[in-house]
Amino acid sequence: MSVLTRPVERAAAPAPPAPSQRRRLNRGYGFVIGALAPALVLHLIFIVSPYAQAFYLSLTDWNGVAGKANFVGFDNFARLAGDSLFLDAIKNNLLLLLLMPAATIGIGLFLATMIQRGGANGRSGVKGARFYEIVFFFPQMLSVAIVAVLWGFAYNPNNGLINGVLRAIGLDGLARSWLAEPGLALFAVMAVMIWSGVGFYMVLFSAAIDAIPKEIFEAALIDGSTGWTTFRRITLPLLRDNVQVAFVYLGMVALDAFALVQIMTVGPGGPDGSTEVMGLSLYRTAFEYGKFGYASAMGVALFFGTLVFALVALRGNKNRTELA
Amino acid sequence: MSSHEISRRSMLRAAAVLGLSVPTLAACVTAGGNAGQQSQGGDKSSTNPFGVKADAPLEVVVFKGAYGDDYVIAAEAVYKKQFGGSVIDHKGIQKVGDTLRPRFVAGNPPDVVNNTGAGRLDIAALTQSQQLENLDKLLDSPSWDDPNVKVRDTLLPGVIEDGTYDGSFVRFNYAYTAWGLWYSKPLFEKNGWMWPQTWPEMLELCEDIKKTGVAPWTYQGKFPEYMTDPLLVMAVHGGGMDLLKAIDNLQPNAWRHESVKAAAEAIAELSGKGYLMPGSEALSHTEAQAAWCQGKAAIIPSGSWLEAEQKSVTPAGFDMVMGAVPSLSSSSKLKTNAIHAASSEAYLVPSQGKNVQGGLEFLRMLFSRNAMKDFAKAVGTLPSVKGATEGITMSPALSSVAEAVKKAGDDTINYRHRIWYPTLTKAVDDAVAELVTRRITPAEWVDRVQKAADDLAKDTSIKKYERK
Repeated sequence: MSVLTRPVERAAAPAPPAPSQRRRLNRGYGFVIGALAPALVLHLIFIVSPYAQAFYLSLTDWNGVAGKANFVGFDNFARLAGDSLFLDAIKNNLLLLLLMPAATIGIGLFLATMIQRGGANGRSGVKGARFYEIVFFFPQMLSVAIVAVLWGFAYNPNNGLINGVLRAIGLDGLARSWLAEPGLALFAVMAVMIWSGVGFYMVLFSAAIDAIPKEIFEAALIDGSTGWTTFRRITLPLLRDNVQVAFVYLGMVALDAFALVQIMTVGPGGPDGSTEVMGLSLYRTAFEYGKFGYASAMGVALFFGTLVFALVALRGNKNRTELA
Repeated sequence: MSSHEISRRSMLRAAAVLGLSVPTLAACVTAGGNAGQQSQGGDKSSTNPFGVKADAPLEVVVFKGAYGDDYVIAAEAVYKKQFGGSVIDHKGIQKVGDTLRPRFVAGNPPDVVNNTGAGRLDIAALTQSQQLENLDKLLDSPSWDDPNVKVRDTLLPGVIEDGTYDGSFVRFNYAYTAWGLWYSKPLFEKNGWMWPQTWPEMLELCEDIKKTGVAPWTYQGKFPEYMTDPLLVMAVHGGGMDLLKAIDNLQPNAWRHESVKAAAEAIAELSGKGYLMPGSEALSHTEAQAAWCQGKAAIIPSGSWLEAEQKSVTPAGFDMVMGAVPSLSSSSKLKTNAIHAASSEAYLVPSQGKNVQGGLEFLRMLFSRNAMKDFAKAVGTLPSVKGATEGITMSPALSSVAEAVKKAGDDTINYRHRIWYPTLTKAVDDAVAELVTRRITPAEWVDRVQKAADDLAKDTSIKKYERK
């Protein structure tokens, strides 16, 4: 970032004579402002301004190509409340939020514990821990589009990997049209989200476990603690901050899910709205229906949803830290 | 996570700044205005009916998809010769909408646009915002090949209607697409199967096909609109053009017409009798069409782009051809050969372009018979002017499409509601997917679709059009 390495600008006007302490203070502020200004300007232009524009557009009927937009007040938000497809989308996002982060964190914690302390003596990881660590991290290195396409193939009901394996081991009865059955499709998408997320959180938790002083585990072992008790009483409480952060990140992924749904699912968003997510509704409303004002309202709703979620999750964190 | 201490005062201050800056910042998006400069014309003449200024530069932006943009570049060479010294800025791109949306908003669009492909611009929205030139004067100008014939009279049926939005002709479509049911001609000949004219004959044929161990039908389940097409065609066969008009004009209970329900029952029957390849409901168009090309299924619904799309996976000697969707009964109100046909590859002339006259003249040339013939030869697709395929050797697929269009004559079915009302289109297609998988009955399908049409008719935020 070349902007950040620019020479620091001094205050333009020569400072009037003043007490020396005051001048020192001023110079300090000048440096801070000079250092912050470039980043702040970029932030204003590329982050704050689009948000502000979206907030404004959500109160208009802009169609995306007109030079002007008519102000319609809160009509767009009133419509949202009666838009059955968007309500489906909220429901599906909430279901993802309820299950996906918990499952990803659970599996991630399990794998991390196995890698760090899963060995027979309870002091080291399982055999080949290093290998598993790398293999489980693989999905993280694939772009989400590739993940979606590959899993689309795997879910193919006729020659896909999953039904192929089921049939090969004689479980023909379990073979399904995974993405085309309303009751299964969202879970099929969720499984892909978990698969692609677990590796990263495993590495994150594994590093955090590694940072816990060995003496604590040693003491627990001497006291005759079982693996499960050690995990519950020592590892988990000491990882609380990491888990909390993971939950916030994964929650945001769950409230999005646009790319996977768009590429993998029937319709997309189907069958019959069963995998619709807010991001997809927003995209379709803007780019297929040409209703950018209404789509912006969806974006604003999504923004507040995410904000509330993040506040609640972090507030929980604060309370518990105080207790500790 | 370290917690940041943000005081209430600083929070309020930030909010106030944000609130004050909203109107100013928002101006960025929609500040373009429709006040583009008027393009300057030159002298008019019989060979230059719009009065193009000879040295005025022309900017052409085309979607570069399956059809490529070589035919456009060839036409540009002719244009350059005609107007010596004019510079042509040619861009062949994908994602036309993303690229051009900001330029339309800023009042600085190119002179000619081919608006096709995924992520294209919304033409209805452009029309409502007065961003597009009315092309009536182009239709009434002498055609490039014969000055005694107007451009209007060189076109295939439906092209003008397809391009008319709210009474003004703004969209000039270059290609002509026909929809139907596709099969391998040699496969049918080998088995002695004849293409059915009525639905009972189709069911008999399916029974025969099933006996050979091949699935009679497959479809592109991931995109259920492929199955909507035969359903609507059969409905219109029974209900005639009046039904089509009633549906397009969102008339109350239009979808409750008996022939709509009969068509839904026919489609449900296909799956009920096990004539659909298992798993089709989850297949993408690529997967379903590949299975069909591999001979796992005999019949698939699609449009005339299918041959080009399947080029790399079609085995030699497969010789795909298109058959018309059969009529439900012999009392069809249209010819039994009536097909769904419409024009596509939308050319537009933005009204805020710097060289509108040049844009019109360029289209007059691009829609000449010679340019069209080159296009048909190069991409194997019907162009939208009459007689453009005469004298060129066509593949079995293209000649079957050309023949089907000819046989159907004026009985070409083209539904407008799918272009005007994308929300209704989605509701219909979602419901078709449920119908084909038999999760809803034909009666429930009718109820759902009628409700979607009624909701749309009541929705004042969506502009309504009328089919005359």
